[in-house]
Formats: sequence, structure tokens, C-alpha cells
Amino acid sequence: MSLTFTLHTAPVVPLEAEALSPARLGGLSAAEAAKLVVVHGNRSAPLGEFFRVEGSGDGEIHVTGDLSHVKLIGAGMSEGRMVIHGPVGMHLGAGMTGGEILVEGDAGDWVGPEMSGGRIVVKGNAGHLAGSAIRGSPVGMQGGEIVVFGHAGNEVGHLMRRGLIVVGGDTGDFTGVNLLAGTIIVLGQLGHRTGAGMKRGSIIGMHPAEMLPTFSYACTYRPVFLRLYLMHLRRLGLPITDAQLNGSYQRWSGDAIELNRGELLLLDSGGTSAPV
Amino acid sequence: MLIQATEIVDTFAEAFAMWAARLVITAETPEWALAAAQSMTGFATSVIGCKCEAGIEMPLAPEQTPDGRPGISVLLFAMNAEGVGKRLVERVGQCIMTCPSTACYNGLTGEQRVPVGSQLRYFGDRYQISKLLDGRRLWRVPVMDGEFLVDDQFGIQPAVGGGNILILGSDQVATLKAAEAAAAAMRGTPGAILPFPGGVVRSGSKPKSRYKFLHASTNDSYCPTLRGMSPETEVPEAAGSVLEIVIDGLDLAAVETAMRRGMQAAALAGALRITAGNYGGGLGQFQIHLHPLLAGAAA
Repeated sequence: MSLTFTLHTAPVVPLEAEALSPARLGGLSAAEAAKLVVVHGNRSAPLGEFFRVEGSGDGEIHVTGDLSHVKLIGAGMSEGRMVIHGPVGMHLGAGMTGGEILVEGDAGDWVGPEMSGGRIVVKGNAGHLAGSAIRGSPVGMQGGEIVVFGHAGNEVGHLMRRGLIVVGGDTGDFTGVNLLAGTIIVLGQLGHRTGAGMKRGSIIGMHPAEMLPTFSYACTYRPVFLRLYLMHLRRLGLPITDAQLNGSYQRWSGDAIELNRGELLLLDSGGTSAPV
Repeated sequence: MLIQATEIVDTFAEAFAMWAARLVITAETPEWALAAAQSMTGFATSVIGCKCEAGIEMPLAPEQTPDGRPGISVLLFAMNAEGVGKRLVERVGQCIMTCPSTACYNGLTGEQRVPVGSQLRYFGDRYQISKLLDGRRLWRVPVMDGEFLVDDQFGIQPAVGGGNILILGSDQVATLKAAEAAAAAMRGTPGAILPFPGGVVRSGSKPKSRYKFLHASTNDSYCPTLRGMSPETEVPEAAGSVLEIVIDGLDLAAVETAMRRGMQAAALAGALRITAGNYGGGLGQFQIHLHPLLAGAAA
């Protein structure tokens, strides 16, 4: 049986709800769960002050309502499954190491910051800094997957070290900024300054993109590894076309101001000649 | 027991515990996947002289492979796990990585693994790239036609080697015809391979020799030209030729299935007699009795 939380009182200021996580709710009854503490502004409060709680914590966790001002849902989870029915606030799945979060709506900034395992799926749009490091951290995401079916904002995958981030729509600026390794795939348009400061890692785009002058064109080829990734994304429900699966990609190496071991792969829609 | 006019001798094949791996080779076209597979399984007929036994298991359609390209599955067998690991690195490196457009993936689940891509990555001379997708680590090794993609680790498992049938015919032409039919029927058995050329071996051996420097020598009991001289000849007067088919399998069931298919096909193709090779049961870990194997199929 699952544990369900339905928002009945919207928070006036952001609600820090780390308690809404399988790590904290496992094995609890509805009554016990309602007593867990959340932080509302400068005071602590029981979960039950904002949510109606039903069921028991031995299955999935469902959270329903306009959760745009509810932060840190799923933080630190290592197993289990959460389904969010509605828009969700910042720091979703922060530091998670396993399990799955599905958002049937939009997500705020900082989706999955410094996560190292598990999967977050956002059916709508995500804000800025998806899969990124907390300001001041030397390393960001270290594993797991973030899949955004809609658009995402700026600085997707900032300081990412390992894992996979997929954006079905467009991304903002500085996609993969300071990327250490890992893979970012953007099916829509990439914003400005993609890959700025990247050391290693792969950023894949399906449309022409503005390239920084510190990136060098290498060749146009058909990377086999990318087929595995795109087939994986198809199985997750993303609209991967045969042209994308079988196509040729321009390979750009950069960022030369760093190690120059990173790569941008851009689907080559106009043949295999080097870009002018 | 008879299948039509073919006598099936009431005996058993003696088979051995081995270790095995399965590789999935993909390429731009089926032809290039086949070229890599044929190269990789060359000089791999017997552990006696080749350190391993290997063969093509079956072709794979694009939808059956990890990257959606045409492919071939190959099985490799050795006497121990370490041997499998070493032979994989050698053969994947020299025969698959060298072949245009190929990629090479592990084809076995299971917990025991040997490093393959994690060894071959060094060929990339610091330019190699690791990718981790859904718990699977792969290596991208930069090569002249793009990249060679290979799994970091390959699964291995206990397996069965040396299943066999001996086909006796009136002369070389007739026996070859029966053996060809048997090999064709056995080829493509899931989990099994026929490691000898064309699946058939003409120089079957016995595990001893009068020469101290040799561990094995011609199986004189089945040499027709020695019928008058060999003290333990098994060749009847009507037989002018004997051919053997050796089967290695990921498990005993695969070996048995292949043997059953082979015996039925050889009998229908006019073999005089079908028997099997063993060492009295004192060497191998498995005994595959021919009559129960065929009786089970009839039932």
C-alpha cells in the first residue's frame, strides 16, 4: 500500500520538506508520517499542518497539489519510488543515491543537485541548474539519471562528474558549464555558451549550436556509443527519431581553456562536410 | 537402436567441465560482423593446441543487439576462468577491434566477470573515454575509422566441452555427406558451437601416445586403414571413413540438444553407424548416453 500526501494548506513562504522522502517515511503509518517535522520559514511545523496523509509507508509515496513552494522533496533517498502529481519546488531529489522520482508536472530550480544514483523524471519543464553542484562545491552530480521531457533552464549539469541528463526540449545558457564528465543530451535547442569550461564529458545536441571559439571541429562521424544512449531514451519514452539514431554527428573538442578532452556532438543535418 | 538403417551404438560421449563466455559482435553490415567473428574464432579448434575453443553461435538481427546494428554471437571456451579472460583480451583486441566498424559486447548475465574493455582501453593511449549507462560501463577507444566500443567486463560461466558424435560411413564421400548434414542441423543450436573446421573433425585423437613428447595421438581405433592392425579397432568392415563432430555448450542441455539434432540428421543422410568417444568415464565430468538422448526425443 502507498502513502499519499495531499496538500491542503499552501505554504506562505517556501516549505523545506526533506521529510517527504522514502528514507524518512519507510515503515511509518499515516499518523506517524503526519508528525514528521518540516521547516516553514523560520519555524518548524508538523507535516500534517500542510498535508493530509493517508495509507502506510510500505510502498510508493504519492504527493499531490501545487507544490511549487515545497522544496527538498526526495532529498537523500536511496530506494523507493515517489510520484509527484503537480508542479514541485526547488532541490527535488537533492543528494539522492537511488530510487526513482516521477514528477507529473514542472520542477523548479536545482533538480537533483549533487545526486549520485537513482532517476528523476520530470514530465514538464525544469528550472535552472538541473543536475548541478551546490554553489561552492567542487563536484556536482556523480551518478544517476535526470530526464526532463520539457525544457530546462541555464547551467544544466554544472560541474557534473558522472551520470546522464536528458532534456527533451530546449536548454538555456551554459549547458554543461565546467563539465567534469558524464553525458548531457538535449533534443531541443541549446542556448549560448554550451560547454564553457568543460574538462571531459559529452554534450549531445540535435540542432546546430553556437560554438565557443575555444572549441575545435574534429570530424563528422556516427558514434556507436550514442546509439545505445538513444535506444535507452526511446525505452524511457522520449521521441528519438530514426534520423537521430542513424545520423552522423559533428564532433567538436573543447574546452581548450581546460583539458580539451570534452566533446560536443551535434547531429549533422546537412551532410558530412566540415562546418564553415 | 536404429534410426532407419543407421545403427546407434549404446555408448556415451564423455564431456568436460570448462568455462565459457559469449560475445556479441556488431558492425555496419552483417558481412563485417561475420569477418570479425570468423577471424576471432580462427585457430580455436581445441584447447590441446589452441588454448581455447571458439565458434559462431548464431547471427543476430539488428533488434537483437545492444546497438541495433547487425551482429553475430560467438562463444569461447577454455579450461578455466583465467584462460577465458586472457583469450578474450587477445582475440577481441587482435581480431574484433581490428575489423572495420565493429563493436563488442558481453553476452552473458551472471556475477562472475573478466576484464576485457578495461584492458583494451589502454590502446587508446589516454584518449579513451569511459561511458556508464544504466549500470553498464563501456569503453570508447579512438581508432582510425572512428571509435571501437567494448564492454568493460564480460561475464563468464561454467560450461560443458567435448560433447561428441562419431559418424561412420561406407566411404569418404558418403560419410562427409552425413557429417555435413549433421553439422548443418546442429549449427545454430542456442548455447552451442562446433569448434572444428566446418564443424567436423577428421583427425580425432586419443589421450595418449607412444612418444613421450606427445599427449595425444591419432585415434587408431577409428582409422579405417588400421582396421587390420589396431588392437582395438571399432571400424566395421563396411565402413571406409569416420568423422567426428565435437560440441561445446554453455550447459549440458545445449550440448545434448545439438548431439540429438546431429544424430538424427546424420542417420537420415545415410550414415552406417553413429557412436561417441569416451575414456571409460574416468576423465570427464559428464556422460551423455546416446540411447536415452534419442529415446527422449522420440517420446
